[in-house]
Amino acid sequence: MSFALTDDQRQLADSIARFLDDKYAFDARRRIMAEDRGWSPAIWAEFAELGWLALPIAEEHGGLGGTTVDLALMMEHFGRSLVVEPFVASVVLGAETIARADEAKATELLPAVAEGKMTLALAHGEPTSRYDLSRVGTTAAPDGKGGWRLSGHKAVVLHGDSADRLIVSARTGGAEADRDGITLFLVDSAIAGVTRRPYPTIDGLRGADVILDDVSVSGDAVLGPVGGAFDVLEPVIDRACVALSAEAVGAMGATVQLTAEYMKTREQFGRPLGSFQVLQHRAVEMLSASEFARALCYRAAGAMDATFGAERSRAASAIKAEIGRAGKMIGEEAVQLHGGMGMTNEMAVGHYFKRLRIIDTSFGNAAHHLRRFATLG
Amino acid sequence: MEIVLSPEDEAFRQEVRGFLAEKLPPDIAKKTANGFRLAKDDHVRWQKILHARGWMAPNWPAEHGGTGWTPMRKHIFDEECALAGAPMVIPFGVTMVAPVIMKFGNDEQKARFLPRILSSEDWWCQGYSEPGSGSDLASLRTKAVLDGDHYVVNGQKTWTTLAQHADWMFTLVRTADTGKRQEGITFLLIDMKTPGVSVTPITTIDGGVEINSVFLDDVRVPVANRIGDEDQGWTYAKYLLGHERTSIAAVGRSKAQLRKLKAIARAEMSDGRPLIEDGDFARRLAQIEIDLLALESLVLRTLYAESAGKDPGPEASFLKIKGTEVQQGLTELLMEAIGPYAAPFQPEAFREDGWNEEPVGPDYGPALAPLYFNWRKASIYGGSNEIQKNIIAKMVLGL
Repeated sequence: MSFALTDDQRQLADSIARFLDDKYAFDARRRIMAEDRGWSPAIWAEFAELGWLALPIAEEHGGLGGTTVDLALMMEHFGRSLVVEPFVASVVLGAETIARADEAKATELLPAVAEGKMTLALAHGEPTSRYDLSRVGTTAAPDGKGGWRLSGHKAVVLHGDSADRLIVSARTGGAEADRDGITLFLVDSAIAGVTRRPYPTIDGLRGADVILDDVSVSGDAVLGPVGGAFDVLEPVIDRACVALSAEAVGAMGATVQLTAEYMKTREQFGRPLGSFQVLQHRAVEMLSASEFARALCYRAAGAMDATFGAERSRAASAIKAEIGRAGKMIGEEAVQLHGGMGMTNEMAVGHYFKRLRIIDTSFGNAAHHLRRFATLG
Repeated sequence: MEIVLSPEDEAFRQEVRGFLAEKLPPDIAKKTANGFRLAKDDHVRWQKILHARGWMAPNWPAEHGGTGWTPMRKHIFDEECALAGAPMVIPFGVTMVAPVIMKFGNDEQKARFLPRILSSEDWWCQGYSEPGSGSDLASLRTKAVLDGDHYVVNGQKTWTTLAQHADWMFTLVRTADTGKRQEGITFLLIDMKTPGVSVTPITTIDGGVEINSVFLDDVRVPVANRIGDEDQGWTYAKYLLGHERTSIAAVGRSKAQLRKLKAIARAEMSDGRPLIEDGDFARRLAQIEIDLLALESLVLRTLYAESAGKDPGPEASFLKIKGTEVQQGLTELLMEAIGPYAAPFQPEAFREDGWNEEPVGPDYGPALAPLYFNWRKASIYGGSNEIQKNIIAKMVLGL
């Protein structure tokens, strides 16, 4: 793997940074969050126009065939600007799941996703599954006419409130925690029997719990092999963990920067906070954690495209555990060093802190991924 | 490793338990158990019940209406109240300003203010911090100028907890700019209904609105509302902060939170087993419990020394640091316990006037992530934990 960016990657990063500095400053983000869906269809259309939605999607599916390192670069900038658009939900999770599950469906649907005309959400987790990917209690039973009937409860579906289509995992065989016997279904979110309970999330995004009450879908709704969804989902979630980690890396970098700036300007006892050695050392610990996490993150991103199986999963767990620990330390310290100001909603630092903590609770927290890393080793 | 109580203290514990079982309104207990916000009326209702029983002021001497309890009984009382889900008594009046009035106020002030604090007729708030004066409190700039028998006060106070409910604010103002900064500060009691006082809420990262900015614009405060002497307010403020730090440790509350955490960790599942059986989680939970036992031990030692006539002294800073670390550690595990359900933000589910719908996720879930984020304040307020370390380094180690 390479440890330096290519010219193309540098150009990509620069153009994303310029766009977001211009259109996604903290106040603009606040206005975007207040829109109906909690994100901006206008910005989303621009993302599509700029080719960012297409970037991680394969060329044969209407995308640009970018690498995971390209994706990580983009996510790092999204983290730096606290982007609330449904990119992870629709592209990183949604498009990638369909691409890995079902070639025909990918060819049919992903061009619309890449163009921003269709949004997806992955409805996999359940109220008691926590971080265990194989624990699926939602059921799908054949209806005797070639179709299926789905029932169950999907928990904390990222952007599940506004997605056009839901990718729902359901058990077609095996026991509740078996890896075998899970099947994916593409479900139109507007059909009978689907109830969505939408909410904002504490980090400023949106989500929903999705309740499926005897939902009737055709045989054509099945994505990929019946009973074989686990082998599709695990690598998708691993890559999503890397993408979220890259977002965290961007958020951590911004947090450290904001804190250092605050320490230079805030005076107590007649001198800037930044002149107190004990506080300097704490800021350095934050920067150090952020830099090591960034380095490990791009290594993990490279591994997503170059390795398979347990080695690939270990790379994902390594960075997800690392940013869980580092993000918590950096976020908590940043608030502490900002004092009372860090507790206020008007300052950006608290919003980075919240995003960092919620990234940790998404697809496995630090404790979960430490254990997984150890188990796979 | 429970503390072995004397038969008399054990009987006292039973008496407190019986009182709580009989008198604590179930609607209030339910709100506290679920981490809901309490309305002003909830606090006042409960405090009046305590007052009726004569238990409102365990920290006051009996002559002013205190309980005359030993430190152990105060501790038992705090713990039983917290475990039963009684609201924390709002400290600004009974715990904070009242000892200052008793020690440094005149007879007229004692007669005027103390009974109304005891009966919860007056709600107090604390006007210390300013936008430019946080850890460096002595740099405060809110100015009071003498004009006849009034002070005219101008300035801004901030982080003023529950000022929106307050009838009175005790405050530090600057009356002299010469000499050491600590020497020109005066301790004033300000009626919040005085013209020129305005309160603006500050929204915190958890979505809460419990803190405020208080603007003081040509506010006329009678000289009769000054505590002690002009320019001597810093001495009174320090006396008050020592008292604040012992109570800030909040052992009883943390014990109640620990019990709640264990119940949640038994209910939540991880890989098909209760979370409490997860080795990593269990280890971290055990560490917090041990920290809490050590904290309780030091609190009791300090309280006994106090009852023997010693001031809490700089050791109280240890209690503030460890107490808030334990509280924050508990909120962290509580949030972690619910896994992905930390994300949904459903403030309706824990607002003070209730919600008709079922929350998404477990009933105990919606309040936990906001609690974690809100509780980051604990290592900042009451003198940040960094300031406490400075105090210990200087006063205890002599560095």
